[in-house]
Amino acid sequence: MNKENIKNWLKVNLFSNWYNSIISLFVLFVFFSIIPSFIDWAIIKATFIGKTKADCKTGGACWVFISVWFEKFIYGFYPDKELWRVNLAFIILILTVVSAFFVKPKIKPFILFFLIFIFPIIGFVLIHGGFGLENVETRVWGGLSLTFMLTFFGIIFAFPLGVLLALGKRSELPVIKYFCIVFVEFWRGIPLITVLFAAAIMFPLLLPANTSVDKLLRVAIGLGIFESAYVAEVIRGGLQSLPKGQYEAAKSLGMSYWKMNFLIILPQAIKTVIPGLTNTFIALFKDTPLIILVGLLELLGMVNLAKSNSYWLGMAIEGYIFVGIIFWFFSYLLSRYTQSLEKKFSTERH
Amino acid sequence: MSEKIIEFKNVNKWYGKFHVLKDINLFVNKGEKIIICGPSGSGKSTLIRCINGLEQHQDGNIIVEGIELDNTLKNIDKIRGDVGMVFQQFNLFPHLTILDNCALAPAWVKKIPKKRSEEIAMEYLKKVRISEQALKYPGQLSGGQQQRAAIARALCMEPKIMLFDEPTSALDAEMIKEVLEIMTDLAKAGMTMVVVSHEMGFAKTVADRVIFMDEGKIIETKKTKDFFENPENDRTKLFLSQILR
Repeated sequence: MNKENIKNWLKVNLFSNWYNSIISLFVLFVFFSIIPSFIDWAIIKATFIGKTKADCKTGGACWVFISVWFEKFIYGFYPDKELWRVNLAFIILILTVVSAFFVKPKIKPFILFFLIFIFPIIGFVLIHGGFGLENVETRVWGGLSLTFMLTFFGIIFAFPLGVLLALGKRSELPVIKYFCIVFVEFWRGIPLITVLFAAAIMFPLLLPANTSVDKLLRVAIGLGIFESAYVAEVIRGGLQSLPKGQYEAAKSLGMSYWKMNFLIILPQAIKTVIPGLTNTFIALFKDTPLIILVGLLELLGMVNLAKSNSYWLGMAIEGYIFVGIIFWFFSYLLSRYTQSLEKKFSTERH
Repeated sequence: MSEKIIEFKNVNKWYGKFHVLKDINLFVNKGEKIIICGPSGSGKSTLIRCINGLEQHQDGNIIVEGIELDNTLKNIDKIRGDVGMVFQQFNLFPHLTILDNCALAPAWVKKIPKKRSEEIAMEYLKKVRISEQALKYPGQLSGGQQQRAAIARALCMEPKIMLFDEPTSALDAEMIKEVLEIMTDLAKAGMTMVVVSHEMGFAKTVADRVIFMDEGKIIETKKTKDFFENPENDRTKLFLSQILR
């Protein structure tokens, strides 16, 4: 770009008339009054290397806090010598998802099947124990790995249930239809916090004296059911957008209700609601920190805990910035991934 | 040639309070080609949709291939396997290629192995002369091509009866011809056909009988030649004078 071009670009984009010029100047002013001091604090004056808070003497951000606590932020209180099990579970997950990009379309359904039905079992055994692996109780699970586990479980639980609820709401059988309507309206109408408290505190009171269900499992199922109501509504929107002719064509070919829905209706409906589903799943991901209220510590919970450690007081800003960046990064990743799905699935040219 | 394959006995149907089909009595012989015409809103589409259970009647009997359509799902599935349908709006499945559109039902409903289903699909796509479009998606085809693909899709189930619900009404003039050609081929091959259409030229060359409907009633049923040369009812005459011009 030469000088003339820059001048032109500025004129067209920033200073095309008097009020645009004022807005541009204001934005530039805000920008320049915040960014330099932030960079100064976060990078130039910051301390990156050290072992204790005392190493941070320069007056900037103390990233030592993050590096010292890093393992706890990721794994919670999971025992050090068993960490490989969590890592292995996530490596399998990542490899599976990545491999889906490179295999032939025919193999993709098997990958999906593996992810939904087989991987959860492998993951659970690895992380929880069994088959010769030492048991690791769920109360020591935590940090970012717990955030991921809850999100993954939430998605594979809420998605199929949401699909069934969406179909059920359009059922011709009144019992099924009204059950689904009441179910969805109930879970959509109560705040997530209520669900978490009910799962963590109320539910055990309803169980017979000697039985108990793991708290994390109760909370995860509560979260899954809660999200399924939202998934159901999103998918219902997609179902409604399909013309009646698609149902009629499928029926006229002799397809049963389930074949019609799984071969014709749902593939189209889900495709149209990918943006809405992404929204719901990102919301689920970002809702997981709420489990701190029932004593489970995922990433944000661990940071909260670390910042109140008496040797590390005053580290809240560093901690929250770290959490913010992590959540933003993975939400963005999910959003990009689903955008690529949208592009791949668009076969229509109306 | 006198085996009755479809029979309506005193069939009545209401949409809420609106009486769409009034005392319909009708039979179709095996191999016969029937054209149903009439002004819009006369119940023609509703009538043929009753044959494969897309609409349900409230009164009277509909018997298809000796099976009474009594609104229980079991019978309806059996009949739908034997009755193909072509729609005004094509209703191809936009998320599948033309080949998959055609091969899907044989594979999943008739449980024919996938490879064989695709062979059947290609066979019928050749018959409707669009085999070269097999790997495209419906959205990439012209209306006439889409409608021909829809005919092939129905034929892949190897039905004994084909229903056509205004198959050319959504098409441009030059595309109407290509679709009617395919339908004429099909008629010559001996298919039993019930066609809702205003294509009187097609009716004259292909139909054995023509049925005229108005306000939910069958006004006139006649052999094709008689229908055009000696219509009895005044409403039929008026309709013909408007449509033939």
